Parts: sequence; structure tokens; C-alpha cells
Amino acid sequence: MQLTVWTYEGPPHVGAMRIATAMRDVHYVLHAPQGDTYADLLFTMIERLPRRPPVTYTTFQARDLGGDTAGLFQRAAQEAYDRFQPKAMLVGASCTAELIQDDPGGLARALKLPIPVVQLELPSYQKKENWGAAETFYQIVRAMASPDAPPPGFKRPSREPGTRASCNLLGPTALGFRHRDDIRAVTQLLEQLKVDVNVIAPLGATPADLARLGEADFNVVLYPETGMQAAQWLSRTFDQPVVKSIPIGLGATREFIAEVAALAGSDPAPALHGAPSHSSWYSHSVDSTYLTGKRVFVFGDATHAVAAARIASQELGFTVVGLGTYSREFAREVREAAKQYGVEALITDDYLQVEAKVAELQPELVLGTQMERHIAKRLGVPCAVISAPVHVQDFPARYSPQMGFEGANVIFDTWVHPLMMGLEEHLLTMFRGDFEFNDAAPASHLGSTAALKPAPAEPATAAAGGRVWAPEAEKELGKIPFFVRGKARRNTERYAAERAVDLITVETLYDAKAHFSR
Amino acid sequence: MKTGSEAAQAEICVPAKVVPRGDLRFTAERGQREVFCGLTGIIWLHRKIQDAFFLVVGSRTCAHLIQSAAGVMIFAEPRFATAIIDERDLAGLADANEELDRVVTQLLARRPDIKLLFLVGSCPSEVIKLDLSRAALRLSGRFSPQVRVLNYSGSGIETTFTQGEDACLAALVPSLPAAERGAPASLLVVGALADVVEDQLRGLLNGLGLANVQFFPPRRSTELPSVGANTRFLLAQPFLADTARALEERGAKHLPAPFPLGADGTLAWLRAAAAAWQIDEATFRRVTQPAYERAQRSLVRYREQLAGKRVFFFPDSQLEVPLARFLATELAMELVEVGTPFLHRAHLAAELELLPSGTSLVEGQHVENQLDRCHAARPDLVVCGLGLANPLEAQGLTTKWSIELVFTPIQGFNQAADLAELFARPLVRRTRLVA
Repeated sequence: MQLTVWTYEGPPHVGAMRIATAMRDVHYVLHAPQGDTYADLLFTMIERLPRRPPVTYTTFQARDLGGDTAGLFQRAAQEAYDRFQPKAMLVGASCTAELIQDDPGGLARALKLPIPVVQLELPSYQKKENWGAAETFYQIVRAMASPDAPPPGFKRPSREPGTRASCNLLGPTALGFRHRDDIRAVTQLLEQLKVDVNVIAPLGATPADLARLGEADFNVVLYPETGMQAAQWLSRTFDQPVVKSIPIGLGATREFIAEVAALAGSDPAPALHGAPSHSSWYSHSVDSTYLTGKRVFVFGDATHAVAAARIASQELGFTVVGLGTYSREFAREVREAAKQYGVEALITDDYLQVEAKVAELQPELVLGTQMERHIAKRLGVPCAVISAPVHVQDFPARYSPQMGFEGANVIFDTWVHPLMMGLEEHLLTMFRGDFEFNDAAPASHLGSTAALKPAPAEPATAAAGGRVWAPEAEKELGKIPFFVRGKARRNTERYAAERAVDLITVETLYDAKAHFSR
Repeated sequence: MKTGSEAAQAEICVPAKVVPRGDLRFTAERGQREVFCGLTGIIWLHRKIQDAFFLVVGSRTCAHLIQSAAGVMIFAEPRFATAIIDERDLAGLADANEELDRVVTQLLARRPDIKLLFLVGSCPSEVIKLDLSRAALRLSGRFSPQVRVLNYSGSGIETTFTQGEDACLAALVPSLPAAERGAPASLLVVGALADVVEDQLRGLLNGLGLANVQFFPPRRSTELPSVGANTRFLLAQPFLADTARALEERGAKHLPAPFPLGADGTLAWLRAAAAAWQIDEATFRRVTQPAYERAQRSLVRYREQLAGKRVFFFPDSQLEVPLARFLATELAMELVEVGTPFLHRAHLAAELELLPSGTSLVEGQHVENQLDRCHAARPDLVVCGLGLANPLEAQGLTTKWSIELVFTPIQGFNQAADLAELFARPLVRRTRLVA
């Protein structure tokens, strides 16, 4: 058992719902108790979809458990088919139905429906939402594309000279973080590269579209968390290469263009030149120098967290002080990335652990999910959201991609906006005692009059190891901005301990500052 | 209390007489139920009882539900959490009871301010037959007197939405202190209400001369009301069947009444108390009339907006019948269909009596068939859950999310217009938007 306050991911059947809801002409019949229909509102309220998710629930109750729950499932599946006339059906169980072991797959097959029925085995007590989405997408891709699959060992013939290459875009789902806008951004890049998009899936695809996946020359996986498993099967079955770069950030977008151009045999120049980015110039402009070395903590799904850390470090000149993910399936990739920044990756789905880490590191900016937004609010640290789990605010009305050159612009704005502006920060440092304008007040352009909570309680005047802070030194420490105060205190105490200084004075504080200055 | 004939002779308040009627149309339906499970009640209960903590023993789905049903994560440090059962617990590798004890110990170390801990059963904990009542006894033994541990089920296989509150309160009834023998008569108002509503109702009841008025659940677990043979109780919510039964087992007597929704509903609810306390009619009028008339005046503008509009209720909270009565009798709306997850005919007797002839009441749900009926009827306003509201809006219907009716102070005289406004707002909005 795990004590959980908030969860980053829902159960795996919610991942399956994200696939079913993304697609057209698919219906998901879910063996589930009354109450599991709450998941509908994720789609109708958070994503504000104007239609119900294509899901029929058996919603069994106690009185059904003594009777024929298998019959209930069969009636629900038959009714769903009759009413919605889908072209393919997904069947499966939620956590409670998994325990009663009714075999939805067998029951549905016994109905002999005239459409493909894909049985989902999603172990609710081990796996989570993204895994469920990836597995569901893989299963339905396999079910639909297998009949047209070439014999094993198939080698894709080289394209006829003069014909345009084509690719599939894999991974975008319902309830994804900016998936709708990313598709548009990436499709534009591909158009400039003269590459046709064969199928986008699962978002907007029909079962018939999945059957045509093998026709493309290669696959672009936008979100490995949901699309990679299917892409690997397509790679094995249809000999389709997979584009590895994910175009989030300027550098990664250029790599993506180069990789696609190489696979497609097209000229990358128009795509590279066709979309000048404001973010690059803004980042180079002098007013951005205050961003230099800002300490950021990054947490999210693996793809967005790794991309964010790279942008923070290479494109905004921040210092990455922490990097982590809740996507255990991609822990290896995140650990790899963390090494580049000299930090240890935090791999956890425990919100409390993430909170403790943020409190310990005292970053100047948190790039995270909705959970980290709450953590940052509590700790009085600015925050920008970079990844699912999603909130209604993560579905902006305007075009707001994360991918491509426009995505890089969106990211620049989104991350810089919560920060204190350059000159404002200097004024704060110069005149710390101002009663209205001090480091406990929020950035003036954010327009809130509510004072932020003070940073987490710091130890009293007695330092570790019997050392004592002189009152003047303690006062001087208070003049240091709150987000580096903890670090200054730790460094000073370490410096004092190493030199066996018992009374920490103002001099000790500045000696330590000189000693540790970067 | 006097008998009915004695009351008729003196000028003493009498409750409205309830006559069972035959001209309502009752249908029971089975099929997919688009409703929350009882765990959802935790969202308001954890705010109501401020030193209580709700630990769901369930799956990731349960944790995800509570987090999502609240719409957004409002509370950075909520007084609820989930002990998520994992495969080790199912495979018997870990003794589920030992694991639960470990989680509870961890939780109470984090939250030393908690005085009352509810272990809340879920669908998976019930299917694997994890005995939470034994666990609660065991943990109570370990952590008392600092923390009392109780249990109830909020599972979807046992409870629908607001029945979670019923199960919670019913579990709390045995802990209520016994009123002393021969204690003066006391009134217990049962069902979670907004603090502001509680204060208003208490003021009116005190004004009528009822000195001893208590509310259940209390705001703090250390302020539990006493209960005994001289306790009379009024239900403030229509979904408290088990709680009422448990209180009756403790000797308390139920005062049948309509629910305190709308001006007339609130007046009739107060009248039931006044009658039981033999308050004379003049006093009753003196105390209630100003607030009643003000409430009636406040409803006039909404009646102009809503009169003649046709409303369709999908089942949600069991509040549907009293709400429909309010809309029909005080705002002159037309009831197309009143769906409700469960119809407690005894507790709703006074409400059913007030419904217009021919009203169609549907108990249970077959959501697809109900949607078909709704589309065919093209009502002016649909009262439904969050899963259905936007899709119906996209199809041109105007909706009112029903969950807001559970989360908003709507009871009592001063809230009558607020309640009406909740139904008027979607219609007003639709007329305002031209693009």
C-alpha cells in the first residue's frame, strides 16, 4: 500500500480512454463499478470536448455482484455496438472488475460482432495511465495493421526517385499536453520539408487509418510515453525507421529537421530558415542577462522534462539544479539527461517526495506539472507548467504549441513571465528594507497584492555543531534574497565548521561568500 | 407532544398533512449509471469536519476520482488521502492489515492535528473483503484517546454520490454521547450544511424558542451532539436513510418535513420543528414571517425568468425531488422528467405530495435511453452531471451542472434566491451570447 495525496497518473484504463477518445469510430466497453464514469468529466470538463468519450461502462453494483456480471457485460457490449456502430471495439476491465475476473475479451468475442474486438489486459494494481495508453495504442495498431503486414523479414524498398516521402505522426492522444497544437506545428515543419503526413494517430484516426500505417516511409513519435511501443512494432513489421528527435526547443527542432530531411532525402534549408524564432533573439538580447544562472527545478513526464532541462540550460542560460520524472518507464532516459547537468534524477510518483526536494533545493523557478504548481505556490517560488497531468488551463484557446519554432517562442514567454524582471530584481537587492517592495512581495507585473508565504522555516540562531550566529550576522543573512538564503546559510556554516569557527560573524559570512563564489 | 386533535384545538403549529397520491408517474430504470460513487462526498465532508481525515483504502482509480471530481486540486494539503492497494497486497505477499497500520501510522505522524480518522472502503477493498471495521477497532485501540478511528464504505458498488455522506454520518452515530435520561427535548439537524446556513437556521430555531439545537455533523469531531429518547431530528438533506435509521435506533424521533429549499420549503421545514415543540402560531409567524416574505420577494425576478420553462433532471445527488418541487411550486417551471438515483419514499413523502400532478419520476438510470428522451423533449434547461453537461451544450441544450447544487449554500430563506439564480444563470447566459 502506498499513501497518496495527489497522483500524477490515473489508472491504466484511463490511458485506454485517452486512446479511444482520441480516435474516431472506436468504442470502448469497460467493465467497471458504478462511479468509474467520473473519468468522462476529465474529457468533457478539463479538455472541454464537446462530445462524450466513446465509452460504455457496465457500472455494476453490489446487487449485480451476486448475480450475473458476465451477462451484464455482454448486454452492455451488444447495446453499445447496436447504438454506436463502431468500426472497432476495445474491451477491458477497470481495477475492481479485474478482481472479479469476468474475461471481457472472451465474453465480447462470444457475441460474434462483425468488427475487430481488441481485448485490453491492463493490470491496474501495477501499471498506470501512460502505460495503459501506450499498450492500448499498440494493441489496436497491431489489430488493425496486422492483416496487411508483409511477411517477417520484410525490407522496405527504396522510394522511387522524385516522389515525396511520407510519415506517420504517432502518440498524440486526448487529454494530452498541447497535443492538438503540436500536431499543427510539426505538420507545418514536415510540409516545409516536403514530407507528406500519411496518418496521425491516435488523435483523429479511424481504425481504417491504422490499417494504412504501413504505407508510410517512416514514423515520427511525438510522445514516446504513448507512441513508442506501437512505433517499435511498426518498425519491426514494416521496416519503418523511427525519428528519434522530439522537436521541443530550438536545438531539438533543428535536430528534428535534420533527421527528417536525411530520412526523406529532402533539403532542410527551407524549414530551418522558414520560421525565424523570436525566442533565440530575446534570449540573446541584453535584457535577458538577468536570466543567467537562475536555478531551475524540472519535473514532468520524461519527454517534456528532458526537453525542458535542455532548453533551460542551453537556450535560456539557466542552471538546472534538479531534474525528475514520474514516468518510471523512461527513468533511464531521464537519468542519462540528469548526468549532463551534474544532478541526480528524481524518479518518483510520490508528490510528497517532489515537494521535499523542491523545498531542499530552493530553486528560483520550478518547471513542472500542475502538482509542482501547487508545491511552488506553497513555497513562494515562481512556476511554469511544462507537462501533463493537465488542468483546464493547459488547454488554452489560442494556438500554443510546445513543438517547433513557434513552440520555442511559447516556451520562452511561458517560463520568463512568472519571474521577477531584471531591474526589479536589482532594486530589491539594493533596498531590501522597503516595506512595500521587498522580497516577500510578489513580482510587481504579476499584479497580486497578496504577500507570498515566507520560505520554509530556517533553523534558529544555533547552527549545527554548536556554532552560533552572531545577531549582526543573522541580520545580514536576512538581507540576502530568500531564494539563496538557505544556501548562504549552509555554505557559511560549512565554512565555519571546516575552520572550527564557533561564532559566525558578518566577516565569516563574507569570507564564506568569497570562498564559495562561483 | 400533543396529539393531532389537541393541536387543532389550540393555536399551535401543525405540520402539513401528507396524503400519498396516485397521480405521479414512477419508473425504475436499469443500465449505465452516469453518477459518482460515495467517495466523492469526502470533497465536502473533509472541509465540514475540520479535525477529521479521510483515508480511502482503494486503488489508483479512487485517488484519481477524488482528485478529479473536485474539478481542480484546490487544497495543497487536503485532509484526505488514498492508501493505494498494490499487487503485493493482492498477492498476499504483504499482509494488507499490516500495510494499512503502517500507512495510518505514517499519516498520523504527518498530521498530529487529526482527531478523527475515517477509513473509507472502496470497490476494490470490498471485493477483496478487507475488513475495515476490524482495522478501525484495532487502530482505535492503538491511537486512542488522541485519535478515534471509524470506518464506512464509499464504494460505488454500495453507494451513489451523496450516499457517501449518509454512510459517513451513520458510522459516526454510535459515537454520539448518550443524552441524559430526562434531558430536556433537543432538536438535531442532520446533514452537512454550509456554516452560513447552519447559523441562519440556528438563529430561526432559537427565535422560535428551541433552546437546544444541535447540528450533525459538527464542525469539530470534539463537539459531537448528544442523542437520546428526547432527541427529535430534522433532516436537512434528502439522502440520509441509514443515518436516520441509526439515530432512531438511539431513540431519536424523526420529524417528517419537506426539505429547507426555497421559501416555502424552509417555512414548512421550520413548521415541523415548531409543531413538535408546540410553538403557538403567532410566535411562529412573528419569527418566520419577515425572512419568509423577504425570501418570496427575492424570488419574484427569478420567477419572471423561469416561469413556464421546461426542466429535465438527470439523476445525481438525490436532491432532485426537493429541487424539482421548488422549481415547480415557487418558480412555476414545468417538470419534464425528474431522474434520481434513489427514491426514499418515506423521507420524500412531504415533497412528493407537493409535486404537480402527472410529474414523471425516474429512479435509477439507463443513461443512453435517458439522453434519447432528453433530446426528444428538448427541455429549456437540463440539470446533469459534469460528464454530460458540455456535450449537451454542444448539441444546443442549456444545462446546469448538478454538482454545484451540492457544493453551494442553497438551504434556508436567505439562500432561496441564490438557488433560483443557479437555474436562471445558464438561461440568461445563453441569451447574452450572440457570437
